[in-house]
Amino acid sequence: MTCDEAEVLLHALIDGELDAGHARDVETHIAGCQHCAAALSDYREMSKAVADADLRYKAPPELRQRIEAALPQPLAQVVQMPSRRAVLRGFAMGSAVSALAATGLVAIVLRNDDMERIQSEVVSAHLRSLQAGHLIDVISTDQHTVKPWFNGKLDVSPPVINLTAEGFTLIGGRLDYVDARAIGAVVYRRRQHVINLFVAQTASTERRSAKIETIQGFNIRHWSDRGLNYWAVSDLAKDELAEFGDKFEAAMGSNTG
Amino acid sequence: MPVKASDDNPEKARRFREAALPYLDDAYTLARYLLRNAADAEDAVQECYLRAFKHFDSYRGPAMKPWLFAILRNVCRAEYARRATTPTSAIEDVPESAEQAPLWHETQETPEAHLLRRWDSDTIRRLVAALAEPFRETFVLREIQNLSYREIADVAEVPVGTVMSRLARARAMLRSAWMAEQEQVK
Repeated sequence: MTCDEAEVLLHALIDGELDAGHARDVETHIAGCQHCAAALSDYREMSKAVADADLRYKAPPELRQRIEAALPQPLAQVVQMPSRRAVLRGFAMGSAVSALAATGLVAIVLRNDDMERIQSEVVSAHLRSLQAGHLIDVISTDQHTVKPWFNGKLDVSPPVINLTAEGFTLIGGRLDYVDARAIGAVVYRRRQHVINLFVAQTASTERRSAKIETIQGFNIRHWSDRGLNYWAVSDLAKDELAEFGDKFEAAMGSNTG
Repeated sequence: MPVKASDDNPEKARRFREAALPYLDDAYTLARYLLRNAADAEDAVQECYLRAFKHFDSYRGPAMKPWLFAILRNVCRAEYARRATTPTSAIEDVPESAEQAPLWHETQETPEAHLLRRWDSDTIRRLVAALAEPFRETFVLREIQNLSYREIADVAEVPVGTVMSRLARARAMLRSAWMAEQEQVK
């Protein structure tokens, strides 16, 4: 092999793109050629320096907003100019709605709608978290590291409970965005399955027992307790996710109870 | 320049957001290196995402990141063309013949490996930005975006052999610039 050939191929060697046969040829050449050996060592050093330095740029938030604004909005947020007919229908609806409002039913209907939207946002946040490098901001299997990490980042500090003994390993925490608000996510793992436990403050302090739903193939266990809303999302089977929720609630009860 | 995406299918938009928006920083990084200007990079990335959304129905692969990059690169090419017609052109495109030029040999007389200084991020960014096209593009796709040779070849629409020679050339130029920088601070 000539130096000219080696000078090109040694890059493929550095990048792990050479097949075994060519890699051997290049290595043989380099073993007997000081010039190419020096180049290889320089390039390796340089690639390492480049990899270690942070050369990436972060997209400005306005760019993200501009792209978001240009894309069609999710159904729940689509504001359509009412057609004449729709306005007329609106009048007809209007009286029915005011009748309902008196009974407080409207608030319930609206809240359910809201809940559905938030649940689908929670699933999206779960999906995003599974993308490389997005899962956890603070890596720890220790609840006493994860909990303080949230302090000051959120208006409410999510409870962090160690459930390792119950078969759910705490792996860390993350800040996420749901319903246009920062929200805490505590991340657990069972076998290869990730569980994101999203925790947000709620105005109501009433306790609501758990409900499990399936959205886009993910199971969500949602419950409320002591002014906090919880959503546990995972691709775990329903019964295992239910077990997670039960263990979590039981541990919460004994912790503060 | 960018037009509002007219396709008002919220379900498609939702899938697109989930698939493409996680690569926004990657796309912006590539645009910054290709265009060397923050405002132009923002415009190019926005245009890229709108085009990608328009063609999202027919997207079957490759991986999302190289697919977006291929679109982004075309947007940036259009921007080069626009700059070339304006007197303030900032891009010095290397003529085709430069690619056939022999690789550098300037280190022939100093065979021992150099002690390369560890430059800070800003210095390395500046050195990379100073590389001529298309070597800068190849270098950034490989070293900063971690694309494989095959993916780079697809993004840049050239054979893998060209990717290899461009990368060799890019690293040789960067190595010289790197050492020249060391000479300066001595």
